[in-house]
Order: sequence, then C-alpha cells, then structure tokens
Amino acid sequence: MTHPPETGPEEILRVEAVRVVLSGRLIIDDVSFTCLGGEFVGLIGSNGAGKTTLMRVILGLVRPAAGRILVAGEPRSRRNPLIGYVPQKINLDPDVPMRARDLVGLGLDGHRFGPPWPSAKRAARVDEMIEAVDATGFADSRVGSLSGGEQQRIMIAHALISRPRLLLLDEPLANLDISSEREVVKLVASIAARHKVAVVVSTHDMNPLLTVMSRVVYVAAGRVASGTTDEVVTTRTLSRLYGHDVDVIDVNGRVLVVAGRENEGLHHHEYDNGEPPP
Amino acid sequence: MTHTGASWIFEPGFFSSGPVHLALIVGATTACVSGVSGIFTVVRGQSFAGHAFSDIGAAGGSAAFLLGTSPLFGFVVMNLVAAGGMDLIGVQRRRSRDVATGVVLGAALGLAALFLYLGTTSSSTTGATISVLFGDIFALPPSIVPVIVILSVLSVGVSLVLYRPLILSSLSPDLSTARGVPLRLTGVGFLASLALAVSLSAITIGAILSTALLIGPAATAVRITRRTGFAILFAILIAAFTTWLGVLLAYDSYYWTPSHRAWPVSFFIVSLIFMLYVAVEVVTGRVRASPKNGEPGETT
Repeated sequence: MTHPPETGPEEILRVEAVRVVLSGRLIIDDVSFTCLGGEFVGLIGSNGAGKTTLMRVILGLVRPAAGRILVAGEPRSRRNPLIGYVPQKINLDPDVPMRARDLVGLGLDGHRFGPPWPSAKRAARVDEMIEAVDATGFADSRVGSLSGGEQQRIMIAHALISRPRLLLLDEPLANLDISSEREVVKLVASIAARHKVAVVVSTHDMNPLLTVMSRVVYVAAGRVASGTTDEVVTTRTLSRLYGHDVDVIDVNGRVLVVAGRENEGLHHHEYDNGEPPP
Repeated sequence: MTHTGASWIFEPGFFSSGPVHLALIVGATTACVSGVSGIFTVVRGQSFAGHAFSDIGAAGGSAAFLLGTSPLFGFVVMNLVAAGGMDLIGVQRRRSRDVATGVVLGAALGLAALFLYLGTTSSSTTGATISVLFGDIFALPPSIVPVIVILSVLSVGVSLVLYRPLILSSLSPDLSTARGVPLRLTGVGFLASLALAVSLSAITIGAILSTALLIGPAATAVRITRRTGFAILFAILIAAFTTWLGVLLAYDSYYWTPSHRAWPVSFFIVSLIFMLYVAVEVVTGRVRASPKNGEPGETT
C-alpha cells in the first residue's frame, strides 16, 4: 500500500524578531513565533501587554521597527486576502438597516466600490457561511440587534467567506456570557480543524481556550514565549518572561498566574479569572 | 364656489403655475439626494455632522445674499469648505468627531449672525433672513434647475460609488484598512456628498430646517425595512411624497386660510415628515413590544 508523501501542515504565519515602537515607546521587542495551518493559537496577555499591537502588525496596520512577518511564505502586506480579521467590536447602532447576511456578504466584496449586486452565486456562498457558523436562526435580523455572541458568529462568517489561510480574532470572548463564550470557542476550534486555517485568538484569560489551544503565544513585559501550553504556562517560563517570580497554579483544571512571594506588592492580571489568588 | 372631487384637493391654478412646477421638480430632485445621503448618515452615525452643515450653510447662504448671489452658491461653497475643515480637525476618528464638528459649527453660526445682521440692516428687503433660514421654494429662478440637477447627480454619485466602503469603514476602521479601503478618502468623499445634500435640502426648505429633510425620511425608512438598499428607496419616496404634498398644501393654504396668506412650504413639509415618523414609530413600536418574534411586518 502506498501513501501520498507526508508533507505535514503548511506554515501559515511566521513572525521573526519583530520589534514595535509606537511614539517613542518600545511596545514589543524580539517577538518570534510561527503558526501552522489548522493550528489554534492563543495569544495570551494582560490588557495593554501588546496583543492588539501584535495583531495590527500582522494585519499590516503597524510597521514594525525591526523584524519581518511572512504570511504563507510571502512578506505581509495590507489588503492581504490570505488574512481574515475579526475586530473586538464593531460600531453599529441597533436601527442601522443591515441584516446579518448582508454583513457576511460584505466579507466577500465590502472593499469594492458601488452597491453590492445580488447574484445566485454570492447568495449561495453567504448561505453556506451562515450555516458554517450556525447563524441560520438570526441571519435575517438586524446586525445591531444581535447579542454579542451572535455578532461574533456573524463577524467570523464575514472574515471566513473570502477563504483566508489565517484568521485573527481580537478578544472575541470579551463581554460574552459563559455559554456563548463556550460556543464561540467550539466554533473557532472546529473551523481551524475543518478549513485547515491557522487561527490566532487573543485573550486576557487563557482558561476558556485551554482545551483547544495547540499553541500558546504568551505576551508579557514586551516579549513573548511560545510553545505548547505545557511548555509555556509553567512557573519557570513565565517567571523568566515577566522578569520576576510568578507562580502558575492549577485550580480544578484552570490555570492561575499569580505574583510570586517576593513580588506580592506588584499587580498582575490574574484576578481576571474571577478567583482570588490563594 | 362649490368644490367637487379633485378640485377640493387641488386649488385652481395648481397645475398651470410655473413656480409650482419648479417647486415640484426641485422637490423631487432634492428628495432623491437626501434619501441616499440620509441613510448613509444613519448607517455611519453622522447625523450631527448633517445638522452642522445645515447651520454652517446658513452662514454661507446669508453671505451669498449679502454679495448679491444665489443662496445655493453660498450653501455649497460654505459647506464644502466646512467639510474640509472637519476632516482636518479630525472628524474621522469617532471620539473626536463630535467635538471637531461642534467647533466648526460654532464658528459658522457666529458668521451667520454677522451676515444676517449686515444683510437685513443694509437693504430694505427683510425677506433675506426668512428665505435663507426657512426657505422660499416658490421664489426660485428657473435657471437654478440645471445647477440643482448637476449637484444632485454629484452627491448621489459619490455616495453610490462609495456605497460598500462607506459601510465597511463605519463598522471598524481597522478592519476596512486591512481590507485596503482608503479610510480618509472614503470619509472625505462622504462629507462632501453630505455637504451637497444638505445644501440642496437648504434651498428647498431653508438652511435651518434642512436636517429635517435629511434625517426625517431616513429615520422613518430604517423603521420599515432592515435592508440598506430598500431603506434608501423608501427614504427617497418619503422625502418626495412629503415635499410634493407640502408644496400642494402650501399652495392650497392661500385659499384655505381666511386672510388669504399662504403658509410656508417648509412648515408643511417638516410637519408631514414628523407626522409620518411618529405614525411609523407607533406602529412598529407596538409590533416590537410584542414577544420576541423577529420584528414581523418588516420588509426583509
């Protein structure tokens, strides 16, 4: 019996020694990591650690002071059809006349001039995406009237409809209740697996992603540590990253990162998990 | 005189009057413009900018009167300059947008105060203030029609060309920049289109009231449908209907009022827009208050 040669998943994103300086301030330095097709990557860090900046660099919205970024082997550029992006929030009043399915369609051609022209092909593609994100029930509602979780689904369909290789989601779990949080995580994980898309999800709380992440990119103190959860989320690695002692504690399968004994005066983000440190 | 049938509604001479023809043509043209611009103003949440243009236009219109030219010229020039000013101050960033608009608006209203003062004190015609601020559609010169048509085509054309980028960039600036939408060009293009729309609306129902024609029909249309394209169509129809009916009522009011003094067209148009909005609000509001059933009665 002959098998086709094992090529393995393709490298979709390569971030190489990237440094970002914004108005004279060093935001992140010497950041390197890679993502493969089908991988679910958690971009973890407290608010203000530089997660959004890193995403904007990958999107081509911020020019790095040093280093380079390759998307599917090519230097990254704006208007890169290989990248799908879901912003943290969209500005939309409830009475704006636009149905959820219209927003999904704009993922295909929203950057083009002129009004959208209906076609059977376009409608079929939109329907297919709406089904893929399980949004059939509210596809004809106004986008502005949808709940946070429903809007996330629609925005994921919007980003995915142009068939990108890399999907970036900026804090998709912020402001979601626990059940929609779970649903969105499940959906994104299945998309990564099914469509062989490299998915990068930024979040300040890694716990909802622990079971689905294939790789962690942990941002702290302007640098990153990347690898599997077991490699990165350890007392030793994170202490080195933060530049001082932190403890990684397992509480019933959830992870808390708290300041080490000598640094009790320092403030961290670990209370985000809703549990006080022991 | 006894009235029968349609003559009750259309007082004598309505269909043969030159100024009425002109008013109907101008009304229909500006209805198209404010319908298109109005919906994008609602989608982009820029109704404050629309309102600012109406006040800024008042300064331009009164300056034009002072210089002896058509108020339309003043509306257009002043509003286009203001659009540029708002862009420079930073109207594109959502947070600083209202502040920038407010600064430009305040300065313009000061100018309007000066020009209207000079205009009314230096000439014997006291009608300047009224016609600039509240409109005088029956007194428009026929030569203005080609200018109005050209400006209308420009305003509608720019909005339609920028249709999708306008929606995308209002959802998320980062998202649209990443998709290659020229954010600033889109924003400036829309401001210019809006500036023209408000100017045309100002020549129809007056500078101060022009926002009513821009926002009113659009606000009513978005209650009826959840599709952007249909909303534009409905806004145009509502604007055209209220303008035409307003012209008719104003014409008739000469015969209906005991003193035979016709009431202003602007009053009728704005009142009709308001009544229609309230009526639709009551109907759809009652539907929405019923248990969650996906806003029935809407056009999907």
